[in-house]
Amino acid sequence: MLNFNLLIFGDTGWGDEMLFSCIMTILVSLSAMGLGVFIAIFAAWAKISGNIVLKIIANFYTTVIRGVPELLVIYLIFFGSSAGIMYISKIFGYHGYIELHAFTMGTISVGIISAAYSTEVFRGAYNIIDKGQVEAARSLGLSRINTFIKILAPQILKHALPGLGNVWQITLKDTALISVTGLVEIMRQSRIAANVTHSPLTFYLTAAVLYLILTTFSSKAFNKLEDYSNKNQVKA
Amino acid sequence: MDFQLIINNFLVILQGLDETLILIFLSLILGFFISIPFALARVSSIKVLSQSVYYYIFVIRGTPLLVQIYLIYFGLGSIKIVRESFLWILLKEPFWCGVIALVINTVAYTTEIFRGGIQSVTKGQIESCKSLGMNKFTMYFKIILPNAFRQALPAYGNEIILMVKATSLVSLTTYMEMTGIARSIMYKTFAPVEAFIAAGSIYLFLNFLVVQLIKFLEWKYNPHLRIKT
Repeated sequence: MLNFNLLIFGDTGWGDEMLFSCIMTILVSLSAMGLGVFIAIFAAWAKISGNIVLKIIANFYTTVIRGVPELLVIYLIFFGSSAGIMYISKIFGYHGYIELHAFTMGTISVGIISAAYSTEVFRGAYNIIDKGQVEAARSLGLSRINTFIKILAPQILKHALPGLGNVWQITLKDTALISVTGLVEIMRQSRIAANVTHSPLTFYLTAAVLYLILTTFSSKAFNKLEDYSNKNQVKA
Repeated sequence: MDFQLIINNFLVILQGLDETLILIFLSLILGFFISIPFALARVSSIKVLSQSVYYYIFVIRGTPLLVQIYLIYFGLGSIKIVRESFLWILLKEPFWCGVIALVINTVAYTTEIFRGGIQSVTKGQIESCKSLGMNKFTMYFKIILPNAFRQALPAYGNEIILMVKATSLVSLTTYMEMTGIARSIMYKTFAPVEAFIAAGSIYLFLNFLVVQLIKFLEWKYNPHLRIKT
């Protein structure tokens, strides 16, 4: 049953392993979120650019990713790209098994899921902005790039911040799923420890507490950021 | 990519559709009815009630569903008292562990959605009920809750989609629904792309149906918002 002696640090306990796995979860979440925002900028631009082909591609991407279970997307990307690379390597005469770097693949798969949600957040934030501002900026002689960087981007970021906070929570929780591909993050480490010590309740409860700490602190951090971004807002 | 293989996989995975649908319906229906008292407790003025529901929601929404499923499937089974009690009849089955975890999860999200709906009912309506001499029961079940559901429909539709997707995680407790079957196909044929595209398209279609259903319900229950011709 519950045995918290298993959680002490050092050779006899799993405390340090759990701590490292927690750091791994944070690293994967951060890099996946970063990748997601990077992709989302282009996908959101494709959706609002007015180019019909780009729009259809971007809509297809966000609809499929948001309509299919995350677990399937992760399986598809992880096993699919592994199979694809092995297929290519066979052409070059290598027949062994190739295992992909778990961290990179985890980042890519969660990042692609996270990007679909961020895209919608950015698109929504762009739609809020009054388009008269673009016309004003252009008539004042700002170039298109400058209009985007100086006028649109800061406002989009501000309006997108609450939505991005939600996406971050989703991303953080989705990283639990990449444990199925072998990356030793919180979930994988708990599973290993639970199997070795035959004490699943202890380790899964620890995992739950670690995730709860991560989500609580990050939502606090996002609240701080929102306060900061609203500090110049005139209060009614 | 082999299209014949995708079609073959599609037919095999379709045999797991029953299992997925049972999981979806059972957890959504149970979750719906449990969420109503929870939402009422969440908005109640009794501090102990609303606080305990708040902390329940906080914990469930702050942890991944996978942790909740593992805690119930592996964690509870390791407690001796649970294994000797009547609960073991349910908890030894991966199916019921999945249902319990999904219900616990969806109740937390649905309660928040319903709370938003209940709080969106305007004060004027409540005052009218009181001035008409309605008792509290009639007021809640005839006026406040129907209005709250209508208001909550779009958000509840999102929750249904999340649940459709969440059922795939139950495959990790050895329960063979669509994702479980797709994974076993992958191990047999070593063709992951074909297996997961077939499974993914079924989930996508299910979610498409959900979106249409919610659109219809919104149209049906918002006659005042329809565009007049």
